[in-house]
Amino acid sequence: MWNRLRLLWSVTAVRLSVAYTLAFGLLALFLVFYMSGSAVQFLTSQYRDAIEREAAGLQLVYERRGINAMIREMEFRSRGPGASLYVVADKEGNILAGNVRDLDKKILITNGWTRHPFPYDGFGDQTNRKDDERSRAVAVTFSLPDAMQVMVGKDIGDPDRFRNIVRRALGLSMTMMLVAGFLIWFFLGRRALKRIDMVSRSTERIMAGDRAERLPVTGANDEFDRLSARMNNMLDRISTLDSGLRDVSDSIAHDLKTPLTRLRNKVEAALASDPGKREAQDVLNEVIADSDSIIKTFNALLMISRVESGSQVAELNGLDLTELVHDVHELYEPVAEEEGVELRLETAPGVKTIGNRELLAQGLTNLLDNSLKYGRPENGNPAVVTLRLESGGGKAVISVSDNGPGIPSEHRDKVRERFHRLDKSRSKPGSGLGLALVEAVAKLHSGTLELGDSEPGLSARLVLPAK
Amino acid sequence: MHEEQAAALPVSTRPATAAAAFLYCSIRDYVCDMKILVIEDDQEAADYLLKAFREAGHNPDHAADGLSGLHMAQSNSYDVLIVDRMLPKLDGLTALQELRSEGDQTPALILSALGQVDDRVKGLRSGGDDYLTKPYAFSELLARVEVLARRVKPEEAEMQLRVGDLELDRLSREVRRGGNKILLQPREFRLLEYLMQNAGKVVTRTMLLEEVWDYHFDPQTNVIDVHISRLRSKIDKDFDTAMLQTVRGAGYILKAPAEA
Repeated sequence: MWNRLRLLWSVTAVRLSVAYTLAFGLLALFLVFYMSGSAVQFLTSQYRDAIEREAAGLQLVYERRGINAMIREMEFRSRGPGASLYVVADKEGNILAGNVRDLDKKILITNGWTRHPFPYDGFGDQTNRKDDERSRAVAVTFSLPDAMQVMVGKDIGDPDRFRNIVRRALGLSMTMMLVAGFLIWFFLGRRALKRIDMVSRSTERIMAGDRAERLPVTGANDEFDRLSARMNNMLDRISTLDSGLRDVSDSIAHDLKTPLTRLRNKVEAALASDPGKREAQDVLNEVIADSDSIIKTFNALLMISRVESGSQVAELNGLDLTELVHDVHELYEPVAEEEGVELRLETAPGVKTIGNRELLAQGLTNLLDNSLKYGRPENGNPAVVTLRLESGGGKAVISVSDNGPGIPSEHRDKVRERFHRLDKSRSKPGSGLGLALVEAVAKLHSGTLELGDSEPGLSARLVLPAK
Repeated sequence: MHEEQAAALPVSTRPATAAAAFLYCSIRDYVCDMKILVIEDDQEAADYLLKAFREAGHNPDHAADGLSGLHMAQSNSYDVLIVDRMLPKLDGLTALQELRSEGDQTPALILSALGQVDDRVKGLRSGGDDYLTKPYAFSELLARVEVLARRVKPEEAEMQLRVGDLELDRLSREVRRGGNKILLQPREFRLLEYLMQNAGKVVTRTMLLEEVWDYHFDPQTNVIDVHISRLRSKIDKDFDTAMLQTVRGAGYILKAPAEA
């Protein structure tokens, strides 16, 4: 139990709730005293009004009909229910008449309001009581012309009682509130503990190797759910990277082995045939060309996986896409002309994004290479490749479309994969990595690569966020 | 036709001994006899580089780690430093930064297995003048080193470039050969400007792509060849001797026609 409490105390929510409860309790305490105090003050001031009216009435009786009439009036009033206190005393404070048996003489010889409630004894009260058991009163004292002191007062047993009732009620409700608050927080905290336990059990399973395990999301959409969702996204990303890495090693094993074997066979065959100097040189030149192409493939693979692994590979800066598209068009226009392809350029002015010029240019040249290589119409029509830049709706779209055979829709996802080539005979040069890189570059820029139909032909659209 | 003319100078035809190389160099207007410091920890790679540089007519030294490389660079005067990025004792970038902080401005080429965009940027910021990713072709390294060693500092740049009867005016952006004006596109002008700045030296395709287009990747199609042949058709078309020649297995060279 003690450990459990300590564990509970280590939950931030519980600590905060205790602090809140304490602060609230202090405020409530202040409120209790303030409210009871002001209620008493209100009652007291009402008493004072009543006392003043009575004093004025008695004075009037005295002025009109003399001292005896006033004392008679006092006696008459004393008999009524809830009567005030009346005293007539001499200059020394000795009580001459009234319904009070004993009180401090100082009150009787000092004119004006008593500063504090004072103790007194009525005629019905026991004698020799302790001060805090005696009745208390507030009163006003005034002098009469014939050297008499008159005091009119009221017992304040009522406001005292009222104050006590208020304090007791508030105290009770506060205790209930504290207990209830503590219990509520206790169970809430226990719930929080349970959720945390669930999360830590899940992470344990993930660490043990269960890659498919995800943290529980209850659907309450609270901070636990949000945290779990974030962690799950992170886990998804990690497993994507993980499987990407596995893909790469698989592809390396599969697609680099073939050319390496070819290379080895070439050298072996040359050695076996005892070549002359001329032939040996030719073979060596071929070997260099072959290993260059292997290196190229290897570099492209590395590049793709590094771009896929995230943004730390390359700085992303403000970038003028219009300029980039113009540059790439200028770079490729002579190539297209040489190949007998018309390379059209359609741009929009001043389109900007946040990106990496190198990577985007490389992606774009890959798309152009593809179109120049595979995008020729089969019916002998002149080949046209269009490089287009559009922007709108917060997006910048660079598209490369040709009027060639296009890619059947069922193959459009496949061609994005590494080493996937539609040309099964592999008669045309190419690594099968071009679109995989474009896709990775698009993702790095929070964009997408869309492959569509330009009727006829392929339309590859690089959709990027515009800036 | 151009290709046949251009295949004149494969790297392998260079003379084998240093003395012959010196003679050869002075005759053929090559960049020769440079003092090169190779800081490379892989002994096999270093041996290969030293041998290849000697055969190309240069005078290479070798340091096997970053610290001794730094000491050698401090106590000798070299034309070019070739610095491997990952070295024992002191890594290449730190050694280079140390040299630069002492005011040593010897051109340096960084060799690295890391070829990503930002690695190159980091290398150049640390004081490297050029960056080459492993694995590389020796012809590429040689071309870059020779260009680096005789690099014209911007403040010494001339407004008029002249190679043989070919003239280029950087202010008016006019190009003439034999007095006849040649019209070039802006990019062709940049291309020719770079070739003329490095006249007599082999420049590779990647060097051209980097210097003229500022791209550091390897396009699948050989775009540079097409641009070069366009440029060649403009400057060599009406003349008997081609100045812009292809060096097989390496790149291109712009040379004044040899005085016959």
